[in-house]
Amino acid sequence: ENLGLGRAATPDEIAAWDIDIRPDGQGLPEGSGSVMDGEVLYTEKCSVCHGVFGEAVGRWPVLAGGDGSLSDDRPVKTVGSYWPYLSTVWDYVHRAMPFGDAQSLSNDEVYAITAYLMYLNYLVEDDFVLSKENFLEVRLPNEDNFFMDDRADGELVAFAKPEICMSDCKDSVEITARAAIIDVTPEDADARKARAARLGMDVSESEGAASAGEDDATQEAAASAPAESGEPALDMALVAEGERVFKKCAACHQVGEGAKDRVGPVLNGVIGAPFGHVDGFRYSKGLLEMADEGMVWTEDNMAEFLRKPRDYIKRTKMSFAGLRKDEEIAAVIEYLKSFSE
Amino acid sequence: AGDPVITELQPWMQQLGDGVDVAPYGKPSEYESHVKRRTVEWLTADPVSSINFTPLHELDGIITPNGLCFERHHAGTAHIDPAKHRLMINGLVDTPLVFTMADLLRFPRENHVYFLECAANSGMEWRGAQLNGCQFTHGMIHNVMYTGVKLRHLLEEAGVKTSGKWVMPEGADAAAMTRSIPMEKALDDCLVAWKMNGEALRPEQGYPLRLVVPGWEGNMWVKWLRRIEVGDEPWHHREETSKYTDLLADGTARRFTWEMDAKSVITNPSPQAPILHGKGPTVLTGLAWSGRGTIPRVDVTIDGGKNWHAARMSGPSLDKSMHRFYFEFDWDGGELLLQSRAHDSTGYVQPTKNELRDYRGTNSIYHNNGIQTWYVNKNGEAENVEVS
Repeated sequence: ENLGLGRAATPDEIAAWDIDIRPDGQGLPEGSGSVMDGEVLYTEKCSVCHGVFGEAVGRWPVLAGGDGSLSDDRPVKTVGSYWPYLSTVWDYVHRAMPFGDAQSLSNDEVYAITAYLMYLNYLVEDDFVLSKENFLEVRLPNEDNFFMDDRADGELVAFAKPEICMSDCKDSVEITARAAIIDVTPEDADARKARAARLGMDVSESEGAASAGEDDATQEAAASAPAESGEPALDMALVAEGERVFKKCAACHQVGEGAKDRVGPVLNGVIGAPFGHVDGFRYSKGLLEMADEGMVWTEDNMAEFLRKPRDYIKRTKMSFAGLRKDEEIAAVIEYLKSFSE
Repeated sequence: AGDPVITELQPWMQQLGDGVDVAPYGKPSEYESHVKRRTVEWLTADPVSSINFTPLHELDGIITPNGLCFERHHAGTAHIDPAKHRLMINGLVDTPLVFTMADLLRFPRENHVYFLECAANSGMEWRGAQLNGCQFTHGMIHNVMYTGVKLRHLLEEAGVKTSGKWVMPEGADAAAMTRSIPMEKALDDCLVAWKMNGEALRPEQGYPLRLVVPGWEGNMWVKWLRRIEVGDEPWHHREETSKYTDLLADGTARRFTWEMDAKSVITNPSPQAPILHGKGPTVLTGLAWSGRGTIPRVDVTIDGGKNWHAARMSGPSLDKSMHRFYFEFDWDGGELLLQSRAHDSTGYVQPTKNELRDYRGTNSIYHNNGIQTWYVNKNGEAENVEVS
């Protein structure tokens, strides 16, 4: 009893709109992209919202990190820590990103950005190339921690109460939480006036909303690293190389004359300084615990930190994935030493 | 002596008012300008991928006016010329089809009132009372009458293959929203709708076409609907993996939590709607709904749950729709702790927030249907609180 309405879709029309990708690879087009190419594309097109290392700017989604945080008080749900399938990344980047320029990326570019997001999450090395051919070999670490809605087995049974208390149900009632303590409700002057008008009151009193959120005065944290005497001479070629490598750090850190704290603390004199040496900078709890143990930054522990920041300091706020090459690490440390003051 | 609005001639009693056509599309009284959707700026990164809230405390009955239905979109409101809008059905079907809006108007139509609730409604309250006002704690919901065609008719027109177990609706906006819906639901009560409360969908609600998925979380009701694909497996796209999955305390997560659990809220009194009249006869009212059926009963307490009273249900009781309840009482001017508790037609009773936390922890974000408490002080001012 079909009505015969509508018309057959043409193959070209279906190809234009049928862009969805599934975990089993259905829909994946031919193509490939490398971590290296992905880094360039990501930096240009994605980092303005998602941060240079996937750490996110403002309230845009965090894309990297958060390993092992899902049962924490503040879980960080990222591609690496939470998403069950890589196909979701490919599908979403392709259909909806970059924000405001959807479907502008080529298939190879989507493969490359997907590969780079894997790299930012420690899932692959920097020489990895993702393609239609190897796509299904990838498994994201959290896949097995999803399960079908099971409310019917627990909650629905527990909350179906044929007999429910209607009177003298409890002896006393205490207020256990109040919104007033952490009130973040937007102000509504219009509604307050309307309420007052209904009461016939004249409202000229303006309870100004507390203007929180004004720019925090930037704190000038003076870097006060103790000057060491008898320092070994610097390898100036290595310092120059380190200056180049430091561009990866410069999104968050400043060093040199007039340097200030940014997302990360100023780094003047950091080698040889005690952990957490910049006054007024809000270090991670993990770093402060190490500071309490009296730890001091050396070339060796700095190298270890820079190789895998999140392995060396538990829950470090430094969302940088780490430097892969020993030469780069040595160079950037030499560069930092040149600002020992 | 007397009330000057009676004893003195008022301008509107003497002067002529507006002629017809002063407002060809009518609008609310200028004295109602405070009745509006409102957002909470800190919730999201950018207003084009954000949410605002229905002012439940200013409304009555069960129907939400179109201009006050909360908005949630992921790439802004698309503005689509209906002459350029198409609906495609493809995938595991005998004949992939394309429909124009004119084609859709030739199918048999149905009218249904359904609530649409965002799965994240009340999501900011998991860790404790946070926002003062039911607009903000419960306002990611609206309830309108939809006119449209059963999705089943369109699927039958294309001919679903026996291997077709899932459908994937897709939006035409720059977010190209997609979700996976089991075929059983698609063939049951889903609608492809183009009218709300008798008029065309508003742009922010998906004009010219949206999917209606009765009783299920709002994110699935794809707006600006351009395509339905039939498949043999779910797609596991962004909105059903990284979002709209319910993270439990142990770090595992529920997926496909589609049905909205029974819930209720007292809309008046509430923090944005204090008692202004002093002690004496007082009307308490609120809304209740369930994704699994109707709401035959709502209990209300004014003493924090020591004693409960059967609320008076008023207005139509429709499947998967909001229900309106009232409780009239004589306020003695003392402090009140107000709560409502919905019972749905399956026998489910709305749990307390702590009962819910026992099952879910506090990281779930979605599907918070715990009982809401308003504390009312002696001045009649209300505050969002939790009680033992």
